[in-house]
Amino acid sequence: MEHLENVTGIVAALDRSNIDTDAIIPKQYLKSIRKFGFGENLFDAWRYLDHGEPGQDHSKRPLNPDFVLNQARYRDTRILLAGDNFGCGSSREHAAWAFRDYGIRVIIAPSFADIFNGNALKNGLLPVVLDETTVARLIKSVEENEGYILTIDLPSQRVITPDGEVFNFEIDAFRKHCLINGLDDIDMTLTHADEIHAYETRRREEAPWLFTDL
Amino acid sequence: MSAETLYDKLWNSHVVREEEDGTALLYIDRHLVHEVTSPQAFEGLQKNGRGLWRTATNLAVADHNVPTTDRAAGISDPISKLQVDTLDNNCAVFGVTEFDMLDPRQGIVHVIGPEQGATLPGMTVVCGDSHTSTHGALAALAFGIGTSDVEHVLATQCILQRKARNMRINITGKLPERVTGKDLILAIIGQIGTAGGTGHAIEFAGPAIRALSMEERMSVCNMAIEAGARSGLIAADDTTIDYLKGRPFAPSGELWDRAVENWRTLTSDDDAKFDVEIEMDATNLKPQVTWGTSPEMVVSVDGHVPDADTIDDPARRDGYRRALEYMGLEAGTSIFDISPDKVFIGSCTNSRIEDLRAAAAIVDGHKVASGISLAMVVPGSGLVKKQAEEEGLDKIFIDAGFSWREPGCSMCLAMNADRLEAGERCASTSNRNFEGRQGHGGRTHLVSPAMAAAAAVHGHFVDITEI
Ligand code: SF4
Repeated sequence: MEHLENVTGIVAALDRSNIDTDAIIPKQYLKSIRKFGFGENLFDAWRYLDHGEPGQDHSKRPLNPDFVLNQARYRDTRILLAGDNFGCGSSREHAAWAFRDYGIRVIIAPSFADIFNGNALKNGLLPVVLDETTVARLIKSVEENEGYILTIDLPSQRVITPDGEVFNFEIDAFRKHCLINGLDDIDMTLTHADEIHAYETRRREEAPWLFTDL
Repeated sequence: MSAETLYDKLWNSHVVREEEDGTALLYIDRHLVHEVTSPQAFEGLQKNGRGLWRTATNLAVADHNVPTTDRAAGISDPISKLQVDTLDNNCAVFGVTEFDMLDPRQGIVHVIGPEQGATLPGMTVVCGDSHTSTHGALAALAFGIGTSDVEHVLATQCILQRKARNMRINITGKLPERVTGKDLILAIIGQIGTAGGTGHAIEFAGPAIRALSMEERMSVCNMAIEAGARSGLIAADDTTIDYLKGRPFAPSGELWDRAVENWRTLTSDDDAKFDVEIEMDATNLKPQVTWGTSPEMVVSVDGHVPDADTIDDPARRDGYRRALEYMGLEAGTSIFDISPDKVFIGSCTNSRIEDLRAAAAIVDGHKVASGISLAMVVPGSGLVKKQAEEEGLDKIFIDAGFSWREPGCSMCLAMNADRLEAGERCASTSNRNFEGRQGHGGRTHLVSPAMAAAAAVHGHFVDITEI
């Protein structure tokens, strides 16, 4: 996983609640068997005026000029502000991959759906929870100030505004450690292989019906 | 020992180790695999030269991309075909048991797990699909995972997770005739909202839940994720045990007796503490119909499309406005006056034999209304289809003008050829009415199977408790 420590960059705002994974990456792009190449289809149905299909040359498709990420001032967006329950819907990790491929590294919202939250953290994408009032204020600042930039400092768990205002956020110590060091979950778990074996041995005794081979 | 909830019991019996911050390494008993979220996981294993931790506990099936007509002709869309072929190939290479597209047992992953007895009470069950919550109906701790976790489970038989909080939704009373588990879960989501269960495991309890059949319980737990909860749970009882007896992968003989003895303990202790408790009365519940683009945007069939202007909260008001515009609906419209163009009976929420029976009972002797351009029934599995045909349900549907299809996800998410065109309206028994879910620009109304069937026959929504 690509490590993540500090992000300073352009902020864009999508001021709506319940942004679901179907909106983040529509299902036709889930047919890919690759882990990369989803960036140009991030928010596909909102971003383009036509209906897209995989394999198309997306650079030739008509853009929706009203969609925030299509506006020149947001071209280099690295941080996204959004409404609550962000990432609800399906478990598709393609949603996290699409942000990563697009270049967005941080999403700030009042709340995230559980599965999306986990998927993001495993792909170097940081979900930051700030309260609703703060998010609303930040959204206002973004809209009023072209080129608005935030800094997200993961080690100190702070969001810092251009005026030097600071908002603290929470993150699990374990996940923070993995993100900062870009660690691979599987490698780490396999260091505990003995404990997994011991668990299996005990459970086979206790509940053998769980171990019938398919 | 202190009193435990069902979720506590399932969680505690699967913790292999715990980090200081509470992140647990949780052992996974059953892993279900499908073609959409697994290719990158198998590729990851291959790249890193890793094998499977416990091959014989994985069960794979192709369901999302498969055509629902003329199976033998194969998949015409080359990209879908590649994805399904990739699954077949990965299963062959890694030795994973797979029901391929032509296997009579093939079907939607969340239908075949319980049907085969591959999901059992007391298990942890995961799948790269959010509707894995379905399996919680069997008192299993079941939740959806992303592709990184699919790879992690394949390689280690574990996942890393923090424990969720406990929520119990207690349903008192008794559901009226023809009002189903689907209506109940839609009403629950209408009440607590699509984020109401975020961070929680929801246990559905109370007399109205106890009275539900196993299949209806699955419909309820299926949509726990639509209430924001990764897992829905229902305690084990006779209904659970009777359902599992004799299923192909369920234990038998002495092992069965030992298992049943254990399963009887899979309930929340009387004095167990829940972080959140909610109570609802089922007695006067009406069939539910969604009007918007989120499952929480739901009303009773005798209700009306709401007026966004009456909503105080600005974010919600905006959401309502956008939904009404997308759905092409005017505030105040009676639900009875909404006429679908298409009707879809299927999906992991409502494609089991009881669902098809309920729909067929409404359709029997009638014709699909002239305004409906397509009404389709997509059984949840090959075995459901076979059973329905033995009971003559296919005839009832076909005689009425329905299209009778091969099993798969189909128009639930329109990854195959079955989809809505822009602006088309659908009465659907699936679980998501998000923008574009059933096709770009398509408009979805979520309902129960009998309600969908009635809409097909009448050409608009009707109250099936009144006809
Ligand atoms: S039927 Fe629909 S919700 Fe269920 S697994 Fe298939 S696509 Fe997902």
